[in-house]
Amino acid sequence: MNGVTKIQDRSPQPAPTTEAMPILEMRGISQIFPGVKALDGVSIKLYPGQVTALIGENGAGKSTLVKILTGIYRPNEGEILIDGVPTTFASAQAAIDAGVTAIHQETVLFDELSVAENIFLGHAPRTRFGTIDWRKINSGAKALMLQLESEIDPTIRLRDLSIAQRHLVAIARALSVEARIVIMDEPTAALSRKEIDDLFRIVEGLKRRGKAILFISHKFDEVYEIAENFVVFRDGRAVGQGRLKQTPQDEIVRLMVGRDVKDVFPKVEVAIGAPVFRVENYCHPTEFRDISFELRRGEILGLYGLIGAGRSELCQSLFGVTRPSSGQLVLEGKPLDIRSSGDAIRAGIVYVPEERGRHGLALPMPIFQNMSLPSLGKTSRSGFLKAANELALARKYAERLDLRAAALSVPVGTLSGGNQQKVVIGKWLATQPKVIILDEPTKGIDIGSKAAVHAFIGELAAEGLSIVMVSSELPEILGMSDRVMVMREGLAAGMFEREALSAEALVRAATGNQ
Amino acid sequence: MNRLLKNREILLTIIIALMIAGFSTRAPGFAEPGNLANIFNDTSILIILALGQMTVILTKSIDLSVAANLAFTGMAVAMTNAAYPDLPLALLIVMAIGIGAFLGAINGYLVWALRIPPIVVTLGTLTIYRGMAFVLSGGGWVNAHQMGPTFLNIPRMPVLGLPILSWIAILIVLGAWFVLNRLPFGRAAYASGGNPTAAIYAGIDIGWTKFLAFVVSGALAGLSGYLWVSRYAVAYVDIAAGFELDTVAACVIGGISIAGGIGSVAGAVLGALFLGVIKNALPVIGISPFAQMAISGIVIVLAVVFNARAERKAGRIILRDRGAREVSA
Repeated sequence: MNGVTKIQDRSPQPAPTTEAMPILEMRGISQIFPGVKALDGVSIKLYPGQVTALIGENGAGKSTLVKILTGIYRPNEGEILIDGVPTTFASAQAAIDAGVTAIHQETVLFDELSVAENIFLGHAPRTRFGTIDWRKINSGAKALMLQLESEIDPTIRLRDLSIAQRHLVAIARALSVEARIVIMDEPTAALSRKEIDDLFRIVEGLKRRGKAILFISHKFDEVYEIAENFVVFRDGRAVGQGRLKQTPQDEIVRLMVGRDVKDVFPKVEVAIGAPVFRVENYCHPTEFRDISFELRRGEILGLYGLIGAGRSELCQSLFGVTRPSSGQLVLEGKPLDIRSSGDAIRAGIVYVPEERGRHGLALPMPIFQNMSLPSLGKTSRSGFLKAANELALARKYAERLDLRAAALSVPVGTLSGGNQQKVVIGKWLATQPKVIILDEPTKGIDIGSKAAVHAFIGELAAEGLSIVMVSSELPEILGMSDRVMVMREGLAAGMFEREALSAEALVRAATGNQ
Repeated sequence: MNRLLKNREILLTIIIALMIAGFSTRAPGFAEPGNLANIFNDTSILIILALGQMTVILTKSIDLSVAANLAFTGMAVAMTNAAYPDLPLALLIVMAIGIGAFLGAINGYLVWALRIPPIVVTLGTLTIYRGMAFVLSGGGWVNAHQMGPTFLNIPRMPVLGLPILSWIAILIVLGAWFVLNRLPFGRAAYASGGNPTAAIYAGIDIGWTKFLAFVVSGALAGLSGYLWVSRYAVAYVDIAAGFELDTVAACVIGGISIAGGIGSVAGAVLGALFLGVIKNALPVIGISPFAQMAISGIVIVLAVVFNARAERKAGRIILRDRGAREVSA
């Protein structure tokens, strides 16, 4: 982590000197989860009538910040001031009452309710008998939609609307509760250029009404178009903030990435051998298209991209969990026909999934049974399970991975995150694969375990395994990979050899920013 | 001692022993070996059905059609026996298991291929199977005098001090332990309930595993159909009505998690015995028949509350992990 501090010392700029008083100020906010410090002493200010762009890599702490501002998490340290008055958000409702509203990536609205009901849910106008005043709801909704220059009929159900129209409904809802602070979490992710233009016109309107807007986006062109101020997050810290007009784009990319990679990841030099695995024109009906690459013995191929770029979907498809619409896999010169994950395991391709809780482990089952699960064919004798063989297998990989557990028969759910990750990796190594696909191998685990996992990945490569490593962490990608493929919106956006690797180039390819 | 109390099976054994001791102060002779053997024999069918139910519940499913399956199969073998008294008993038993397995396979197929939630599927087939029993019998009864002596007497015949019915239950218990702990199918059942996604990633076909679990449950229900009809010496449409709930209750009391993936054969057996002891004791200690159902219901609820608390303790770390996952999302 020493690389981080080096850049951080010179990067923070003085906060914007604006005469106006910030509507909302966060001072020294920290949010700590077991093993992870999601936010570390973050301070930001939001001003009326201004858009502040929040920029950062995946996992930099943006979502955590949104959850604190909307009252879902309570920070461990720091204070939130509204109009200069310290406030605590005890619940989501408290945040709404304080005037904070969030419009999420997938807007949190109710498909089966009408537009008007969605707008007024929880604060519907009442008649004098205490029943819901439908006339007022519908006319109120219509008036709000007209303010947003939209003619959507407030009585139609939400599920009949497009995503852009749903955003409008969410914004109308924000207006109806008279929110003063509007958080927009990647609102443009699923919108077309025209819809984005419409949205931006509405954002300009919100600015004129004096709302403070926190705009989260990966896309620099949009950020420069709509925002006045910026905050860059990295590893849970606000590493830079200021006025966008005075800040060139390169500076922001540098802040986002900013660390000296080679110090943190000593790359194990491995002699790279002959091609082992080839993917030819792999396509999926909806998630990715025309992906081709080749993997050599002992090689680590990094797979970089933003969330939603199709990386995990590609890997799941290579592993037979989903079927491609076309394309061919070739392993050691032989074409493969993979119809299920069982086929992939037998062929020697394994996938260590990203969410170890959801995809990786049966938490109530003992460690050794989790480890042996994909290898039962090898540990069983004539169709009967052999606990002794399973234990021997588990012991071998537990020792190799330095797994810390009271016994191999305790449920996996009792282990720490880092040790659970070791069980997942051990489980897949035990199948003795030729190609191993690691999806975010160090996500959500502590620094110490991270280093151990990185060292271990290096060892695997040295033993001749071919590795595909999906990661959203640039330092990890830059430090570990022999080559990097960048994906953007389901397409291969570039292939970089190690000599040509640079954080800036990868981010440019991933964001489509020239 | 504390560790022993944390083991659910041992705890349940102690509770059952205490219950028996308590009841014997009110009803002398309750704790005598002869009476205990009777209770076990009385509970045999519940034990067999609970083991089938457990296999299904492990895969995160539920089979509400077991009692209806039992009624249909029981009716079918009783009518066959009445119409063709010369057919050997072994053939009738094979027939009962076969019909039961087939009805279970229908459940399993609907769950597997059409992806209908198991509770919906088996609620539907519960009614269908009972209705089929009605159609088959025309609403009529098969009484003791229509059944052959072998058909009626074999399960009651004592061998080494226990009736054959009890020995069948013991064999099924051993068989269930073997299948769930020594065969890959058993491991697949635990894994597909414990974490379906992880199971798929490990190359396990959870649809097929669920299908097999329903076939096992159906086959055991079919076998129980014969045992029930022979034991009570009568077959009619409404036999064992509502008994599916007893099988679920036995599993829940025995610590089989309704969410799937957790549970042991010993737990299911002890859960069934717990219910068996209560059902046998309440009449003996002079509790009014009107109050008996309510009391056993209360005991079941207490057992479930107790289990839920135990599960929550075990789940703490899992919950923490969920919290951490949300951060990264």
